[in-house]
Amino acid sequence: MRPFKYNKTEDSVKAVALVAANPNSAYLAGGTNLIDLMKEDVARPDELVDINRLKLAQIRLIEKGNISIGALAKNTETANHPLVRQNFPLLAQAILAGASGQIRNMATNGGNLNQRTRCSYFYDVAMPCNKREPGSGCGALEGINRMHAIFGWSNDCVAVHPSDMCVALVALDAIVKVQSAGGKERAIAFADYHRLPGNTPQKDNNLEHGELITAIELPKNNFAGNSYYLKVRDRASYAFALVSVAAALEMNGGKIKQTRIALGGVAHKPWRAFEAEKFLAGKEATEANFSQAAELEFKAAKPLEHNKFKVELGKRAIVRALVQAMNNKA
Amino acid sequence: MSDKLKDFELLAEEDQRILIDEEQLLDELGIFGESRRKFLGQATATGLSVLVLQILAEKNALAGTVENELTTSSQIENAVQVSMKINGTEKSLNIDSRMTLLDALRERMQLTGSKKGCDHGQCGACTVIVDERRILSCLTLAATCEGKEVTTIEGLAKGTQLHPMQTAFIKHDGFQCGFCTPGQICSAVALMNEAKNGEASYLTENIQMKARPVQLSDDEIRERMSGNLCRCSAYPNIVAAIKEVHTGQDAGQKWQFSGTKNVALHELEEGERNATI
Repeated sequence: MRPFKYNKTEDSVKAVALVAANPNSAYLAGGTNLIDLMKEDVARPDELVDINRLKLAQIRLIEKGNISIGALAKNTETANHPLVRQNFPLLAQAILAGASGQIRNMATNGGNLNQRTRCSYFYDVAMPCNKREPGSGCGALEGINRMHAIFGWSNDCVAVHPSDMCVALVALDAIVKVQSAGGKERAIAFADYHRLPGNTPQKDNNLEHGELITAIELPKNNFAGNSYYLKVRDRASYAFALVSVAAALEMNGGKIKQTRIALGGVAHKPWRAFEAEKFLAGKEATEANFSQAAELEFKAAKPLEHNKFKVELGKRAIVRALVQAMNNKA
Repeated sequence: MSDKLKDFELLAEEDQRILIDEEQLLDELGIFGESRRKFLGQATATGLSVLVLQILAEKNALAGTVENELTTSSQIENAVQVSMKINGTEKSLNIDSRMTLLDALRERMQLTGSKKGCDHGQCGACTVIVDERRILSCLTLAATCEGKEVTTIEGLAKGTQLHPMQTAFIKHDGFQCGFCTPGQICSAVALMNEAKNGEASYLTENIQMKARPVQLSDDEIRERMSGNLCRCSAYPNIVAAIKEVHTGQDAGQKWQFSGTKNVALHELEEGERNATI
């Protein structure tokens, strides 16, 4: 690991000022991804600002029944908080589908959003990767791309976002609260937080350097009774998703009032299945309808050489997640 | 003439030279008085040179870990001063900002129970308990541990009384090579609390229900322990050990040491079997 200066502060304005002032500075929260990337020489900050002591770990009810979860609340605390378990079981389940007990105890919510892809070409500094080294090319495009994207990729990058938590957050229309230099604040709709790669895959999200996530807000909804997070992976546990589905239904009698569907493991960002959602609004909650919705969504899929299986797998996963959600298995 | 000198003169010339060399080595190692006598006592029984070489090797290996050799900031790049409680004892360390908690424990505290497996947060061999939560010490910078309470495998036993989880791992043969075991045990100890607190897992059936103590099935133990890999694949025995501690129900030992009587009986049986073939 390269040498770096270690700073810590209990004041978020100071933390933002420190990181904003140095283009090679980075925030250190749980460290589960950043420290690993530094050991691999993928991340090379010359300064870390330890933000673990900022007062940003609260999970609380705010106005209109919305909930705010602090950026520095640990994944474990968040998944087990009564407000989250009761009102957003989809989020709790998605968090618990990710990583291991140890990592969830360390990882923070803000850090979960900002974790980097686990694309092996990104991790291997001997390989070309536009995300790590803009202009060096994409090793995965014509390399081993079994784990890679089938939606929204570009010739510059076919990596996927690795988070489970974010798949639930995009389905739940969460809002990311951000603090910028000088104490200024802004809010970013979750669907606009992460980016598609285009020709700037080095940018995973729309945060500016130095901006700090302070909280994630969850708007009140009526999905809690009918939601499910399904994760399909190579191992039964502790593996990244091949495909994952966050599914939530709001029922009106036998009919679907509205539905939310998001996919993980298929794109550079958590993929909201708007086509499928649109189709299902007002329809009956039948397996045939779920299947047709999945077909519609996957019309836009463009698989790579080694991940063609994700198309059929993804369609079936959508159907199964919706069936489970309908049966309230969360 | 003292007995010692008499003994010395009785030795062949070559042996005398070796002994003089060894006296010099003992001086260099700083072994005097009581420990020198103890050392020589052992040495006569084992052969001096081998022992001296061993001690020299140990001294060299420990050279980088001796605390007072590394306490001034000028010798360390980006030095950070950090204090934490490790296995109940307050420790203060002056460290390079890059040092992980795992390296601080192993290289600076001589607590080598926690293991460096992958060093990338994928295997769980470095699992320790910080402020009552299991975490990965390989992905934790020691600098971030100011004021924290760290428990390692060395801190679980009370004197000579093993922690029930340690006893259960031995009883159920929850390991083969033992490399992952300290991490497995720390992880399992923390898991017992998580279950008591009613924390959920991906397998929890109704996550909306209010948290209450969870009775862990075998599948639940596997899911919740999935961050600890065992290349010897002692998983069934690990699950059995954890289950016994979790339920408090004696599951009975499935193995025992072979005493001379057992060996004799076995040989007799083998002999009979061979005779009938």
